[in-house]
Amino acid sequence: MTYFFWGATIVVVLSIVALLYRLVKGPNPSDRVVALDAIGVALICLVGLFSIVFDTSFFLEIILLLAILSFIGTIAFSKFIEKGDIITRDNSR
Amino acid sequence: MKTNDVIMQFTAKIVFFIIFFYAVHIFFAGHYTPGGGFVGGLVTSSAIVLLIIAFDLKTVQSIIPINYIYLVGTGLILALGTAAFSMFVDKPFFTHFFDYFHLPILGKTSLHTAALFDLGVYLVVVGVTMTIIQTIGEDE
Repeated sequence: MTYFFWGATIVVVLSIVALLYRLVKGPNPSDRVVALDAIGVALICLVGLFSIVFDTSFFLEIILLLAILSFIGTIAFSKFIEKGDIITRDNSR
Repeated sequence: MKTNDVIMQFTAKIVFFIIFFYAVHIFFAGHYTPGGGFVGGLVTSSAIVLLIIAFDLKTVQSIIPINYIYLVGTGLILALGTAAFSMFVDKPFFTHFFDYFHLPILGKTSLHTAALFDLGVYLVVVGVTMTIIQTIGEDE
């Protein structure tokens, strides 16, 4: 069964490599942001697989933490691409 | 052009509470599992940052009317007070105490003064992070 989880780890790592290709190559910034978001999801999968392989439950808090940080980072990047600044002082103006 | 970000603002309203209660969980789990005041403070400030991104600085300031500089001071006083308390009962500086108490709903619980020190760390981290982000964000 351990071989199965190591195989799944290798598949996830290969997908991260493919996403890194899109991150380096991507023609416009939106492609790179989507690639970064997908890399975050793949990292979450990787942490889950590692916590199975190493037989510990101490990594499970990192999963939610990575999800939160990836979400906020993606939203900040999208707002920067859309509006030009991340933090606006007064929206109603 | 007036943009319409209904979905982002509605999502931010719900996700804020999820992140904030996760931060509280991480803060209280710090004694026996990974976590603690530092990570809890960072996660709390990231929840507030999510609100700032989804709305704007003025709205969030009226939702959470806290001067973050005073938050840093409160945290430092709390940490120093916890550390200095043991000096008044003839123990060395930074001696912590713990005991088991029977609380009404929670049952037998061990309360430790290190949690108060951790609360000081939590307040300092939230205050410093939010001060940095606000002062950078409100520059034009």
